[in-house]
Amino acid sequence: MDALVAAVTVFVLALLVGFEVIVKVPPTLHTPLMSGSNAISGITLVGALLSAGLGHTGLTTALGLLAVIFATINVVGGFLVTHRMLEMFRRK
Amino acid sequence: MPAWFVNFSYLLASVLFILGLKGLSHPRSAVRGNLTGAAGMLIAVAVTLLDQRILSFRAILAGLVIGSAAGALLAVRIRMTAMPQMVALLNGFGGAASALVAGAALIEAQAAPGALTAQFTVATAASGLIGAVTFWGSLVAFAKLQELISGNAVVFRGQHLLNALSAAAALGLAGWLVARPEQAAAYWALAAVSSLVGVLATIPIGGADMPVVISLLNSYSGLAAAATGFVLANNMLIIAGSLVGASGIILTQIMCRAMNRSLANVLFGGFGAQAGEKVSADAVYAGRVKAASAEEVAMLLETARRVVIVPGYGMAVSQAQHAVQTLAGVLKSRGVELLYGIHPVAGRMPGHMNVLLAEADVPYEDLREMEEINPLFKQTDVAIVLGANDVVNPLARTDPNSPIAGMPILDVDQARTVVVIKRSLSPGFAGIPNPLFAADNTLMMFADAKKAINEILHSLSEAAVAG
Repeated sequence: MDALVAAVTVFVLALLVGFEVIVKVPPTLHTPLMSGSNAISGITLVGALLSAGLGHTGLTTALGLLAVIFATINVVGGFLVTHRMLEMFRRK
Repeated sequence: MPAWFVNFSYLLASVLFILGLKGLSHPRSAVRGNLTGAAGMLIAVAVTLLDQRILSFRAILAGLVIGSAAGALLAVRIRMTAMPQMVALLNGFGGAASALVAGAALIEAQAAPGALTAQFTVATAASGLIGAVTFWGSLVAFAKLQELISGNAVVFRGQHLLNALSAAAALGLAGWLVARPEQAAAYWALAAVSSLVGVLATIPIGGADMPVVISLLNSYSGLAAAATGFVLANNMLIIAGSLVGASGIILTQIMCRAMNRSLANVLFGGFGAQAGEKVSADAVYAGRVKAASAEEVAMLLETARRVVIVPGYGMAVSQAQHAVQTLAGVLKSRGVELLYGIHPVAGRMPGHMNVLLAEADVPYEDLREMEEINPLFKQTDVAIVLGANDVVNPLARTDPNSPIAGMPILDVDQARTVVVIKRSLSPGFAGIPNPLFAADNTLMMFADAKKAINEILHSLSEAAVAG
């Protein structure tokens, strides 16, 4: 139960930090915000790597492999396309 | 690798994610912000790969190579007009990955005595449910935006009942999984029914509401990652996931406010498909629409001091951004004050129009948000509406029975002259006529946006030579 309360504490505080940080993003950057934050949600890749690597059963390895592919597309595609967009905003 | 080192690295990655998002608060710091976030991800992945419990790198390596190649290809090749589809797809992949990780974690935990705690099973159910809804909802959104299926709202009899039943079934299966976590079948049944929920929930939403849906799915993909964080008892996943969840919620709110609709109305309304009483187009337009040629518009622009361009998605479809930027340069070199008025839902996702204009080298300093530009229209000589319709429709202010009643609009009708460049008088997403087109101070230029702008440019340069 203690572990759950600690995890919920982190969750609630992170949500609040998220609100405070994100409301300051100007509308002109909302599309890169979406693709960039999307890349961050690919953090689930960390879990996928462990599922794919622990070799628990063939099934978990297969599920992990699929998850690694999906999450890596999310991470690599997200950060790259965000970079591409933001470069357009920077150049004059 | 001691656990404290791993956890400290995860903390560092979490801090970098927050600082990265903070960098997005200004275009100047945004590139560095995005790189900061990417550095956080690199640290998180590298430390995880050092985990000594990993027995084989074969599947990991294969997954990383395939995923990186596909992701990089997508990111480099995608056109800026197709960015909403891209983000929809990425949202979906993130959701799917979270659901798969939770599924694998459940199988591992079933073999380990005492691992199936209440926190674990509730989080697993949440991750499977949200992840599957996100994946399938995003695929439907992608198919609609890519026009693989009709972009219109798909509504049928008994839809609400079916949606309610499938949602109830998903929640029931989630409850079953929590009660009997030793059965893997419950999880996959939950994922299957949640997939159905994702499809059913997205098909009744029409094209104009896609910005809301993508924002919401963005939020879901974050919440799915956070739920997976609860499954794995990993604070970094919880933090990163909730940051994204918060971001998506904020953007959803902004989009709903920009359309003056509640989230419930967007999700369940079937907007654009409902056949309410509508103002007849003939009654609005008959005998009152004045067409103008490129020469006439050029003459207007020559004597103007302030010109405001209001771009809509029609401009992007016609790929007129670069022509518009050229016209803006010509007018500015003649001392005209030139601004762009951007409606929050001008594109297919939040901020989409800004990206399309940035691609054409329009400086972001020239872009004005709705609240900033509206007071300026009274002192504007020419407002050019380029492929926009519903967001400049005065019925939103005047007709309380209109489907867009109360929606904040750009008050272009207050400009001295309004030039509307549009191929025909066809209605926008809301399916209603626009009295702006028949207003006394409005000139209609019936043409493709790119062609029209180029013709105006031509007339301007001819006049300059003649003068």
